[in-house]
Amino acid sequence: MQSSATPVKQPKEFAFTPENAEKAKRIIACYPKGRERSAVMPLLDLAQRQHDNWLPIAAMDHVADMLSVPRVKVYEVASFYTMYNRAPVGRHHVQVCTNISCCLSGSDGIVQACREKLGINPGETTKDGAFTLSEVECLGACVNAPMAQIDDDYYEDLSPESMGRVLDALANGQKPMPGSQIGRQGSAKKGATG
Amino acid sequence: MQDSDRIFTNLHGFHDWRLAGACARGVWSNTRDLIALGRGRIIAEVRDSGLRGRGGAGFSTGMKWGFMPQLGERPHYLVINADEGEPGTCKDRDIMRFDPHRLLEGALCASFAVGAHVCYIYVRGEFVNEAKALQAAIDEAVEARLLGPNACGSGWDLDVYVHRGAGAYICGEESALIESLEGKKGQPRNKPPFPANIGLYACPTIVNNVETIAVVPEILRRGHAWFAGIGREKNTGTKIFCISGHVNAPCNVEDAMGVPLKELIEKHAGGVRGGWDHLLAVIPGGSSTPVLPREICDTVRMDFDSLRAVQSGLGTAGVIVMDKSTDIIAAIARLSAFYKHESCGQCTPCREGTGWLMRVMGRMVAGRAELREIDMLLDVTKEIEGHTICALGEAAAWPVQGLIRHFRPVLEERILQYRKRAA
Repeated sequence: MQSSATPVKQPKEFAFTPENAEKAKRIIACYPKGRERSAVMPLLDLAQRQHDNWLPIAAMDHVADMLSVPRVKVYEVASFYTMYNRAPVGRHHVQVCTNISCCLSGSDGIVQACREKLGINPGETTKDGAFTLSEVECLGACVNAPMAQIDDDYYEDLSPESMGRVLDALANGQKPMPGSQIGRQGSAKKGATG
Repeated sequence: MQDSDRIFTNLHGFHDWRLAGACARGVWSNTRDLIALGRGRIIAEVRDSGLRGRGGAGFSTGMKWGFMPQLGERPHYLVINADEGEPGTCKDRDIMRFDPHRLLEGALCASFAVGAHVCYIYVRGEFVNEAKALQAAIDEAVEARLLGPNACGSGWDLDVYVHRGAGAYICGEESALIESLEGKKGQPRNKPPFPANIGLYACPTIVNNVETIAVVPEILRRGHAWFAGIGREKNTGTKIFCISGHVNAPCNVEDAMGVPLKELIEKHAGGVRGGWDHLLAVIPGGSSTPVLPREICDTVRMDFDSLRAVQSGLGTAGVIVMDKSTDIIAAIARLSAFYKHESCGQCTPCREGTGWLMRVMGRMVAGRAELREIDMLLDVTKEIEGHTICALGEAAAWPVQGLIRHFRPVLEERILQYRKRAA
């Protein structure tokens, strides 16, 4: 199988680390006997996390063999869901929501800020491999729009300036504080204190 | 609505979300007594409360539970739909990260009611931190013997597992969610058979939204009459509304069903940017519900039946507000692009139709179209609607229909302007 639209140099082998193999066992135990196939998605996620946030075909095969599922069925899953990266991505994956609530609240400016700061377009990775930029569909934080997901974290109530600051911090190896960038608590209205 | 009627007392996370904090807010206070009501009484209470599913369709929860067969050879499952992905909606996220124990207590009551010893919570993949909070809450609850064998001393065993998705809007549809949970592509199943008969692993299964499950313990605690006394007839109880877009203070808020849309926006969200007169339109219930123009927004109430009466819907109660600076054609075209992206590809009318809608809507934004194509666009939405296995067909069709219903002159004007420029 070809893994993505662009040909990718595939590693020949993949195996879970002993620690992840243990985790995989615990994941499989969440499903009834004979229904191990249910673990396909969490195991693909585990494999991707182990493999620099992308899924080579060897990892899909490893998961398929582990669960005794035909390999093609795992390829189907890996290509159906958007969160499985079938080609290498940057160390930080910046995913800017551009769906309606974010769009109404200025996500175009957020994407533009990322373009300028990173020097890449959506769908591209910086030359140093630090950042991949993507435009994505609704991430479910609409009242804190505009927002972006970077790796596992949501950065909300963004402005082009605060987006720039977040990217600068990441480039410097820091972890900027996730959540609202204007100090709101969760989805409470601005200024609410309880 | 009175403040004491609020169910989600930590919606915004101002308080401790962990077990101690949740108990202080009354969660897990008498769960054993609630279970002791017995299966029939619990289902009757939920039915008589008038609770309608909070995931969008608004079907009676008690009635849905009543469809479960008697306990037999096959295990029963409760699956909680936390695949929140309807654009404009971000309420279940708050329940999971700030009030997870309320959800878990509901999971126990509901699992007992439908005869399930295993409950899966299917959380959208992007909610990594929310899934972690939920898992931490499960671990606490198991440790405190609130879940697990003889949960809460009720005599009922219940295991709850978090299962994360991986980015597919369609998995919010209950049968697609079940497919996904079985480790497959999330493609909806034909119904019937309904999940209550043939669901997860071909076993009887109830799929309910997070908010639906989370309100169940309070209904049982305070009685169906309390819940039914809030809101309006057949549209009872409280509801979390997500107010986003062009308002001064976007937020999530719990209010009574049937609250007037204008009151909701002005009281809770700081009003429309630039004032009510600057309002152009509102999408009242998440992206798939048809847009409403200002005249309707002046008076419409936020409940299932009131919104249906104006040819829209409450959906997930994701209220998307657009002021007069909005290019309404571009806004709806953005949604058409979304549905094209999310069509699972199984049914031809949806797979081909969503792409067609997206391309024509793209031309409508520029005005690069013929006037007669407006009717053709409407026709195509009618060909998609009702001709697909799941409701994604409707979800793609309705926004465009709403646009043509209320903003046809804007579409026409755009086309004429384009012609003028081209000439």
